[in-house]
Amino acid sequence: MPKDDGIGASVKRREDTRFLTGNGRYTDDINLRGQTYVHFLRSDVAHGKINGIDTSAAEAMPGVLKIFTATDFESAGGIPCGWQVTDRHGQPMQEPKHPILAEGKVRHVGDPIAAVVAETYEQARDAAEAIDLDIEELDPVVDMVKALQDGAPKVHDDLTSNLCYDWGFVEENKDAVNEAFGKAAHVVSLELTNNRLVANPMEPRVAVGDYDPWGDTHTLYTTSQNPHVIRLLMGAFVLSIPEHKLRVVAPDVGGGFGSKIYHYAEEAFCTYAAKIIKRPVKWTSSRSEAFISDAHGRDHKTKIELALDAEHNFMAIRTETYANMGAYLSTFAPSIPTWLHGTLMAGNYKTPLIYVNVKAVFTNTVPVDAYRGAGRPEATFQIERLVDKAARELGVDPVELRRKNFIKPEEFPYQTPVAVVYDTGNYHATMDKMLELADYANFESRRAESARNGKLRGFGIAHYIEACGIAPSNLVGQLGARAGLYESASVRVNATGSISVYTGSHSHGQGHETTFAQVVADMIGVDANSIEIHHGDTSNTPMGMGTYGSRSLAVGGSAIVKATNKVIDKAKKIAAHLLEAAPEDIELKDGKFSVAGTDKSVDWSGVTLAAYVPHNYPLEDLEPGLEETAFYDPSNFTYPSGAYGCEIELDPETGKIDILRFIAADDFGNIVNPMIVEGQVHGGLAQGIGQALLENCVYDENGQLLSGSYMDYAMPRSDDVRGFTVDHSCVTPCTHNPLGVKGCGEAGAIGSPPAVVNAAIDALHRAGHTHVKHIDMPLTPSRVWAAMNG
Amino acid sequence: MHNFEFVKPSSVADAVAALANGEAQPLSGGQTLIPSMKARLNAPEVLVSLTGIAEMQGVSRDGGALEIGAATPHATVAREAASHFPGLAGLAGQIGDPAVRARGTIGGSIANNDPSACYPAAALGTGATIVTDRREIAADDFFQGMFTTALDEGELITKVRFPIPGASAYAKFLQPASRFALTGVFVAKYASGVRVAVTGASEDGVFRWAEAEAALSSNFDAEAVAGLSVPANGMISDLHGTSEYRAHLVRVMTQRAVRAAS
Ligand SMILES: Cc1cc2nc3c(=O)[nH]c(=O)nc-3n(C[C@H](O)[C@H](O)[C@H](O)COP(=O)(O)OP(=O)(O)OC[C@H]3O[C@@H](n4cnc5c(N)ncnc54)[C@H](O)[C@@H]3O)c2cc1C
Repeated sequence: MPKDDGIGASVKRREDTRFLTGNGRYTDDINLRGQTYVHFLRSDVAHGKINGIDTSAAEAMPGVLKIFTATDFESAGGIPCGWQVTDRHGQPMQEPKHPILAEGKVRHVGDPIAAVVAETYEQARDAAEAIDLDIEELDPVVDMVKALQDGAPKVHDDLTSNLCYDWGFVEENKDAVNEAFGKAAHVVSLELTNNRLVANPMEPRVAVGDYDPWGDTHTLYTTSQNPHVIRLLMGAFVLSIPEHKLRVVAPDVGGGFGSKIYHYAEEAFCTYAAKIIKRPVKWTSSRSEAFISDAHGRDHKTKIELALDAEHNFMAIRTETYANMGAYLSTFAPSIPTWLHGTLMAGNYKTPLIYVNVKAVFTNTVPVDAYRGAGRPEATFQIERLVDKAARELGVDPVELRRKNFIKPEEFPYQTPVAVVYDTGNYHATMDKMLELADYANFESRRAESARNGKLRGFGIAHYIEACGIAPSNLVGQLGARAGLYESASVRVNATGSISVYTGSHSHGQGHETTFAQVVADMIGVDANSIEIHHGDTSNTPMGMGTYGSRSLAVGGSAIVKATNKVIDKAKKIAAHLLEAAPEDIELKDGKFSVAGTDKSVDWSGVTLAAYVPHNYPLEDLEPGLEETAFYDPSNFTYPSGAYGCEIELDPETGKIDILRFIAADDFGNIVNPMIVEGQVHGGLAQGIGQALLENCVYDENGQLLSGSYMDYAMPRSDDVRGFTVDHSCVTPCTHNPLGVKGCGEAGAIGSPPAVVNAAIDALHRAGHTHVKHIDMPLTPSRVWAAMNG
Repeated sequence: MHNFEFVKPSSVADAVAALANGEAQPLSGGQTLIPSMKARLNAPEVLVSLTGIAEMQGVSRDGGALEIGAATPHATVAREAASHFPGLAGLAGQIGDPAVRARGTIGGSIANNDPSACYPAAALGTGATIVTDRREIAADDFFQGMFTTALDEGELITKVRFPIPGASAYAKFLQPASRFALTGVFVAKYASGVRVAVTGASEDGVFRWAEAEAALSSNFDAEAVAGLSVPANGMISDLHGTSEYRAHLVRVMTQRAVRAAS
């Protein structure tokens, strides 16, 4: 049994009281004295040459303080890209400049051209309408394939083409892969699209820049998943502000899903403008603005092929993917379709040979970067759709085909042909668990019942693998990352025994304040309520890399464990002194230090008090105080995996799909707070089902965003995502981090899209619509109906 | 949003007078007008609120007709029309979400004539009378294509009079994002015959499906329209559905409305 508030307990999230009562402190709640407001005038054309910007009338408008254009940023750097991908030929990717405000050209609808700072937000908007723009429209490139054709308009005139890179992985295996296809008994292929998505966190982005001339210090309050990364990128590369003069604070953040990882132009603008205006400058994105300025996600076009031998063993996988980068390279954009996608193309299977080709393409659209799952959903979708199609074409059970090719439990650690080594897993167990919870055995009778009601019922399966706990710094350095991916923690024990933990990770919905306290409480044996978790302020947390890639517990939690262990080691020395025993003989249990084999003991607060009131203290051997910092750099990724089952009913008259059951049997390794894990899976499933059935970010051929508001961008609502069964009882602990945890934040969004699509295809095939091989997401009623009747 | 003057008259006469200033616009529930002002797509100088006018509020029975004040919110119609005209109450209860239904009004919806809005289907599907401050307009003459109506500049809808049918129902297929009607069909059965009005589907806005009306007038059964279809040509095609799909839904939703009304 877990302790009441220790590891394994479903402790209620302590942060929820303030969130649910409207007392969260979000960036938009921060209002500084003398604050001014900025409104960005954004391009309403996808591609154009800026012939002139006349701000004179606007400058004379009431309340206007200053209007900025690109010329005000001549001394600033561009927004940097944090990852350099090397192409198939050993050449670095093409990396265009990303100015804070458009220089010479606008490259997507939403590209900021000018920034009006005024006394009020409405005055800034009024003045922006009075700016006279002379923009000569140019032909845009929107379609990735057309963007690579000869003579296509170039998004960046100084690049040789719209190709960012042509990446091959594993390039050395290419010939062997082709050879395997030549020898294959069966080849199954599929062309598919991974639809472009907009993250849509509940809280839009906000930035408040502040400058203190007396200390020459800058402060940026921003909606970020990683304030230290923003401080580093913005300080070092854009505005040349050294770290000690720049504080970045990301207070409560209302969801990110990846879209708040990146350093955005608006952040640099507010930081810089506050110094020029000599007053704080605030920007609050509207929802409409978020659609055209937050980095988008996914947007891949792929052809994937699978070679099988006569016994249906997987021999090889070959893919060709076009990945949309949008108009500029967002912070981690180049890494998503490559290292976070190609390395997962083995899935859960023993496919000895894999070759992944990715062409990253610039288009006149909003930049694309990581979105919940980032690369791994794209990989999983391809593999799991293809394996399903293979089972159908070969006439075998999709469960059996998967089982046959699964890596077996005894084969771990398992070296895949795509560089990564899976430490642990048991895919047979998760698959069995899912089928049991789904009552798969009785599916047929449920299907017959649906058929009597004129509905088509189908069951879809997907098994996913992901690489989380991002990431070993030396490895990602070799792969082109321009940052390390360790995490940090400081554990400050206060004199009376309460504990303040400072983590470099950031919570924006994940519940760190609860979970991390449980870990420390469990290790020391004190009440979790005596522990406070601090995050989000570069002025008091050690340099950390933030939260994304399901890394916070696996990497950030490990740093906390390390720091806490250092604290415990020192506390034991103090206890040994107080108890006149050797440190090796001191045991810590339930918040009490005792000498092994005796009844001599001192409790936690006795030791902490001694540390700060060191009257009876080994001062010659030990410093006073009890505070330790640790950095943890993982030695491998973690590999959560799971089996997802989706049971749907399809209305053949309208093509509408209803999800009746969704079963997620995940292996997340050890679990600290089951309730929070379930919540994370629910959220991920909602977003994955959103991608599969509803969400679609669409541009027309002129580069105008057709889905620029909730009138056309369909977010999942509660009645779209009913009835999840979530299980995490299959546990193969991670072998290389101290908690044995793997991460759970993205799984739902990774595993669910193929399960939903497989279910739809299953329903159609069982009803005789066998001509439908695939339907691209989202499976809107119109698309399903068209496929059925096509 | 640009600055504007706000007036809140308590009579239709005062409202009409306030609207005589060409730059004024009526504000009813504000569920369409306010978002368009916030997006700076619309910038009236004066907003004339209709919500303080008692004679424009409420649901009342007048013999075989149900009269609804133009400024009556959808939630009120859903509640108060239920015992008189369940088909209309059912439609009102399917509009938007509770917040929208609490503020949005029948007059605003009909004046706006959004091609995907629900009320125009009920008005046209019943042959309702649109009563304004100066005249009465038959629904057949009122709706003149997407966002276009017979209203003159400054003319105010004061109420809508619905002849209560013997049986009726509204079948709405949701546009997945906005949850307006991707295609919605209102079917009403009168002693004189059946009326069928379709919203959400046509590039010309709400329309009557004459063939279905004829078929259903002689046999009020979903099967009566099973073999009928409307041409895809002229139907809306967008992210959410092709014109072929909408044409198909016209038939499916008509059948569902008939089944629900039977
Ligand atoms: C989230 C959301 C979901 C919605 N879903 C649906 C849906 O599913 N189905 C549906 O049908 N509608 C839907 N609507 C629209 C809503 O139901 C309102 O009916 C509609 O917005 C107009 O009514 P209103 O009272 O808000 O009008 P307003 O926004 O106040 O006015 C709309 C227009 O009509 C004019 N006007 C208003 N009243 C009169 C009058 N009496 N005489 C003359 N002109 C007038 C105004 O000047 C303005 O031009 C939705 C709206 C939102 C915001």
